[in-house]
Amino acid sequence: MIEEIGHYALVLALALALIQSTIPLIGARTRDGALMAVAEPVAIAQFGFVAIAFAALVSCYVTSDFSVKNVFENSHSAMPLIYKFTSTWGNHEGSMLLWVLILTLFGALVAVFGNNIPASLKATVLAVQAWVAAAFFLFILVTSNPFWRLEPAPFEGQDLNPVLQDIGLAIHPPMLYFGYVGFSISFSFAIAALIEGRIDAAWARWVRPWLLVAWMSLTLGIAMGSYWAYYELGWGGWWFWDPVENASLMPWLVGTALLHSAAVMEKREALKIWTLLLAILTFSLSLIGTFLVRSGVLTSVHAFASDPMRGVFILAILVTFIGGGLALFAWRAPLLRQGGLFAPVSREGALVFNNLFLTAACATVFVGTLYPLALEALTGEKISVGPPFFNATFGPLFAALLIALPFGPLLAWKRGDLAGVAQRLSGAFVVALIGVAATFVVEGRPLLAPFGIGLALFVIAGAVTDIVERTGLLRAPLMSVVRRAAGLRRSAWGTAFAHLGLGITLLGIVGETQWNAERIVSVKPGERIAVRNYDFTFDGTTDRNGPNFKEVAATFTVRRHGDVIGVMTPTKRTFGSRGTTTTESALMARGFSQLYISLGDINPDGSAAVRLYYKPLVLLIWLGCIVMVIGGGLSLSDRRLRVGAPKPARIKPTMVPAE
Amino acid sequence: MRGWRNALIALACWGAAAAVHPVLAVQPDEVLSDATLEARARGLSRELRCMVCQNQSIDDSDAPLARDLRLLVRERLTKGDTDAQVQDFLVARYGAFVLLKPPFEWYTALLWLTPAAALLAGAIAMFLAVRRRRAGVAGPAPLSAEEERQLGEMMDKSS
Repeated sequence: MIEEIGHYALVLALALALIQSTIPLIGARTRDGALMAVAEPVAIAQFGFVAIAFAALVSCYVTSDFSVKNVFENSHSAMPLIYKFTSTWGNHEGSMLLWVLILTLFGALVAVFGNNIPASLKATVLAVQAWVAAAFFLFILVTSNPFWRLEPAPFEGQDLNPVLQDIGLAIHPPMLYFGYVGFSISFSFAIAALIEGRIDAAWARWVRPWLLVAWMSLTLGIAMGSYWAYYELGWGGWWFWDPVENASLMPWLVGTALLHSAAVMEKREALKIWTLLLAILTFSLSLIGTFLVRSGVLTSVHAFASDPMRGVFILAILVTFIGGGLALFAWRAPLLRQGGLFAPVSREGALVFNNLFLTAACATVFVGTLYPLALEALTGEKISVGPPFFNATFGPLFAALLIALPFGPLLAWKRGDLAGVAQRLSGAFVVALIGVAATFVVEGRPLLAPFGIGLALFVIAGAVTDIVERTGLLRAPLMSVVRRAAGLRRSAWGTAFAHLGLGITLLGIVGETQWNAERIVSVKPGERIAVRNYDFTFDGTTDRNGPNFKEVAATFTVRRHGDVIGVMTPTKRTFGSRGTTTTESALMARGFSQLYISLGDINPDGSAAVRLYYKPLVLLIWLGCIVMVIGGGLSLSDRRLRVGAPKPARIKPTMVPAE
Repeated sequence: MRGWRNALIALACWGAAAAVHPVLAVQPDEVLSDATLEARARGLSRELRCMVCQNQSIDDSDAPLARDLRLLVRERLTKGDTDAQVQDFLVARYGAFVLLKPPFEWYTALLWLTPAAALLAGAIAMFLAVRRRRAGVAGPAPLSAEEERQLGEMMDKSS
């Protein structure tokens, strides 16, 4: 019964989306207030019905109702409750339902909190939002219905892929989707602006909070996915330039560019048309990301061909929204009035530089990800594009961006003074040079490490300089510094924190890649292995039983200079229902560095194959991302955005629907 | 026909499973006793693709084929091959598909030139936009002779 209610609610949501996608639009064109006003209650009701559908699916999962095909295929009665709950979106159908849940949530939030937006713009935005929703409702109902029943109902489910039974991967997709789908708002605003034929600084101010929420979620989602890969896959890598990862990185790159160009537009009315284009591109890349991951085209062209209905449907959605969006842009954008002027050396100029390099980096990732597919389809030639390619192309682009980064916030709007800024950054230069020299003296020949450390320190010191300059620290008396710091706009703090976070992440990347120590050995109980300054003694293995798996746990006593500093127990789990194994690596933090052990095969003589790592500064990679997100949060809490804008605290309670 | 298709799907699924199936890639028994040679072998392994996996290097993959390739790389290195010779040997055997960093050829030119082309296109677009805007702000075009005459007439009339 519950699944039928869920199914029915989804159909009703589609009907509402169709109403919302037409009536308010007609209202906005004919200046009919009553028709425009339809959008708000319908958007809220639409979210309500999707929430009912989602809650129905969650309840099927939590109660292990295997009469539902989707639950049967992706769950098991012995799974811990938390994974029964999260497996709701650990599969294609459920994750698409989550996608529309978040999409309609954002629509409802615009309806509720967008009081300061002019009625016709708001009605048009909600209509465009409903076009996207309607397309995805149709997609779910026609090709990916999660409520399909089985008759007779099986006694037991087929279990969730054990690799997905992990808290990191349970939260990662919702965060990522919040990011992807959050960009739909800026897309809808861009399309609405094109339809209305009017755009000004206020537009950027309305879009910015949504943009920030989406960007923060995506940043967090990517970081979480990376940390999951690091501890779960067992060889300590944190970024693989895998197409699935690239799919999430591309919207992040262009979304970051959009965040910066929207700032220019808000302050100076410049870059308006470019900002609209970026808004369309960011959501387009989010859709492409969803398509790449969901259609199976990446696994192999054959997986795509084996279920053409889904793939072709998503492709149609892509063509409609990306093609339609860009066509509308080409037609209407030239009619928009251009904004303010600025000199090449200015804050605006620096942000244009940022946009140029971010979009070029995105183009590189895009072409690198899709080139092998396109080449094989066109010529039959098979090539591989992997990490060495991306490191060689993406790396230099980002290095150039990071060198320029500290200059941006210090330059004045309209016309800047490069020499003056360089002078103010002299402290940062000195810090960077000391870092380079120290690294060079300690490490010697490979120049990449000193350069990387120097660059990271330059970005970090640049962010600190920004705040020092703005508060007058070192120059003014203390009381005035405190007063100025308190009076400083939150968005200025946000900028500094986000840039600081990027520098911290880079520091972690350089530390981990340049000084990572690894031992791959076969150890007998009682044997000692040394990695850097740490001694690991293998004490033997024990067998344990989990709720739905069996595991072998190996115990290692860790010593540093002879003193015991702890015990690490990497395990290897075997999941009965699918017979698959996962490794649960053992981690021990030492400051920002980590010790890492991952367990391989246990031999009959009691010896174990293990990988032991010392990963210097590795935690900074993700800590930096968190600092970036804090920066986004500070920006979001800025006074200018507060009126009528959603605060993150208001979004959180609605993130997970009750059930 | 159907059997062939199923085999392909099975292979694809197995590839997907291998991609997320976490076990040790490099086994302890593969590691060379010569540390410099081993470091070179690891470096090479990171640049070589495991051909039955989904976007994994042979250094990361636990597929049997990846192990065979790792052993092969080590065998060539101990025999005194340079890194380039090992790569050439593998390309001759498996094609350019084995290299995770594709060689610069006519069919990869577009790929390799993308970063530079994107930057250049962006810079040109910016330059054009700035020039057009400059022209736009320079003020309206000077009056033509005909317009001057008309203006003169109007001024005469009003006075």
